[in-house]
Amino acid sequence: MIFLNDPINFIAGWMRGLLTGWGLSDGLTTVIIYFIGITVLIVFAMVLDILLVWVERKVVARFQDRIGPNRIGPFGLIQPFADIIKLIIKEDITPAGADKLLYNLGPVLAIASVIILWAILPLSEKIFGVDLNVAVLYLVAAGALGTLSIIVGGWASNNKYALLGAFRMVANMISYEIPMVVVLLIPTILADSMSVQKITQAQSGMWFAILSPLALIIFLISAIAELGRSPFDLNEAESEIVAGFHIEYTGMKFGLFYAGELLHAFTFGGFMAVLFFGGYGGFFGLEKIGFFSWLNNPFVQAVVFLAKAMFGYWVIMWIKYSMPRIRIDHMLAFNWKFLTPLALVVLVNTAVLSKVLAGLPNWGYVLGMFFSNIVIGFITVEILRAYGRKQRKAETKLSPQSAQNQEQAV
Amino acid sequence: MQNEWLYVGIFLVIGIIVPIVPLVFSRLVAPRKPNPIKQSTYECGIETVGDSWVQFKAQYYIFALVFLIFDVETVFLFPWALSLKQMPLFVVLEGVLFIAILVVGLLYAWRKGMLEWA
Amino acid sequence: MTADQIIFLLCAALILGSALMVVTTRKLIHAALWLVAALFGVAILYAVLQAGFLAVVQVVVYIGAIAILFIFAVMLTRREMLDKGAQTRSNWWLPALLGLLILTGLVFLIIGQPAFGRTAAEMPAGVDTLRNLGTALVSPDAFVLPFEVASVLLLAALVGAVYVASGNKK
Repeated sequence: MIFLNDPINFIAGWMRGLLTGWGLSDGLTTVIIYFIGITVLIVFAMVLDILLVWVERKVVARFQDRIGPNRIGPFGLIQPFADIIKLIIKEDITPAGADKLLYNLGPVLAIASVIILWAILPLSEKIFGVDLNVAVLYLVAAGALGTLSIIVGGWASNNKYALLGAFRMVANMISYEIPMVVVLLIPTILADSMSVQKITQAQSGMWFAILSPLALIIFLISAIAELGRSPFDLNEAESEIVAGFHIEYTGMKFGLFYAGELLHAFTFGGFMAVLFFGGYGGFFGLEKIGFFSWLNNPFVQAVVFLAKAMFGYWVIMWIKYSMPRIRIDHMLAFNWKFLTPLALVVLVNTAVLSKVLAGLPNWGYVLGMFFSNIVIGFITVEILRAYGRKQRKAETKLSPQSAQNQEQAV
Repeated sequence: MQNEWLYVGIFLVIGIIVPIVPLVFSRLVAPRKPNPIKQSTYECGIETVGDSWVQFKAQYYIFALVFLIFDVETVFLFPWALSLKQMPLFVVLEGVLFIAILVVGLLYAWRKGMLEWA
Repeated sequence: MTADQIIFLLCAALILGSALMVVTTRKLIHAALWLVAALFGVAILYAVLQAGFLAVVQVVVYIGAIAILFIFAVMLTRREMLDKGAQTRSNWWLPALLGLLILTGLVFLIIGQPAFGRTAAEMPAGVDTLRNLGTALVSPDAFVLPFEVASVLLLAALVGAVYVASGNKK
């Protein structure tokens, strides 16, 4: 094993030799190596988180036709560090009557539920935490812990607006978990496995985004709702309930909530890359040609993965800064009356076609899947248009005066 | 015996310790001057009216119930999805039947107006 | 004491301690959160037994759905979320004695089992438990009928919940 080809195993093997040479037992050696590896991975994730604060502020500035932080350091790169220092030295005001233990537990649980997702994120074929065979459901489980952290934070603040915000946020998050879990079944069916490594390797011929674009769109929408970002950010609706469930949090605790949200968004971008864009691979068979064999290098794969994850994060930011906020009853109606049935239809379609088209050559399979998605999308849009037309007719029938006004306005 | 979940367990432990570090650091460094006005809960800048309990809508509970049913359903669908490659075509139809029965439930809840936020 | 046994004892202490706190704590929200801790302990047990799928499903369904349902129910219905009365009744010694007798009986029963004190056998390599679960759930000579009946059960639960809730709405 050379370092360049297999870095993690190389270092682990070297450390294992060192530690067993010192006389430690095998199990203890494993635990120590895990400790060191996990600490390195988590520190990497947190440093990435700090960088994401800078990315977020620069990108939102560009979307809003301004420059963003550019005073501190070149291109404002030191800005997030200044932010962290500011947050740490701010006074930590605990509201009267707050439940001390739960109040402190909220932000810790919020970030912990995002960090544990990095255990299964495959940075490359050889650089990853652990290859769980239930990784896809693990993503949903981490989301469940995040939901719990919001309730804990909202309730422990002893503030009815915080509690109200927490309730709305949780109702939002659990509703959008259903289409997300249903859509997560689609890469499982296409790759015949729940492990992220196998899903990535199954996409070496063709991305799942092309096999099932509707699944990608539904996953994107549900992910944005899970994150609680705009246009689904009822939680942080400044004009409605101030800052939602984290009104009463100051200083570093608020910093942890905020940084946790950004890291969560990036992690979801990473999962989108893994599940739909081929993760660290997905070069359409290019890496098998001798000239491009450097594409198999773990470091190159890690860079490719991070680039795709950043692209996913950028799409999430793009949607955040381009669309207005959606009202909560519209949000829930959208989920239960549109997204869930659509997700179930796409799932049934994928399952049926994966058996029916199994015998065809590769291009037949790809085209069949892709066109079935286009057909479903087309039918959905037609149904929506017919429904909209019917609603408009009902409105004009009720009040012909307003219809006349509308026509004159147009 | 190598259990891959050991890694996840250690990850969870360190994942809880790592955010505590800046919190502890902040407690060491930040000033602490509590006074009753600073510690009063926030209500749009005015004094709080009433205690911290309001009548919450029952609608939250109904959405959580419907979510629970569909969550259990999707959890059942995961083993089904993994068996598709090995088994013949009728297995897909079994899954479709499963989903269809629950879609009937969703339609019932829809028609009864349980999915409104009224 | 192998590492497995230590982890099991810690886990059992977590589950039993959390369960005890659920019934003895005074604040209802704390009780719901101790329940979450107990359920999480059960998930850890599943993971130790290498039933990864069950561990994740435990977190997703129990902690992600049922515990949240409990917390919603507690917050929506109770105005006063503090239990004020005495913690024990005046004749607490009788149930305590009964409990102790039942515990002794159970301990004797379990010690008498042939499997007591043995560690679990190694999983044979190459056995994909998840896929076996999947094929078992859908093959006609295995569990497909309970699989479909489960969906009918879920439908019945949903219809019942909707009916009860719509009755209250009027």
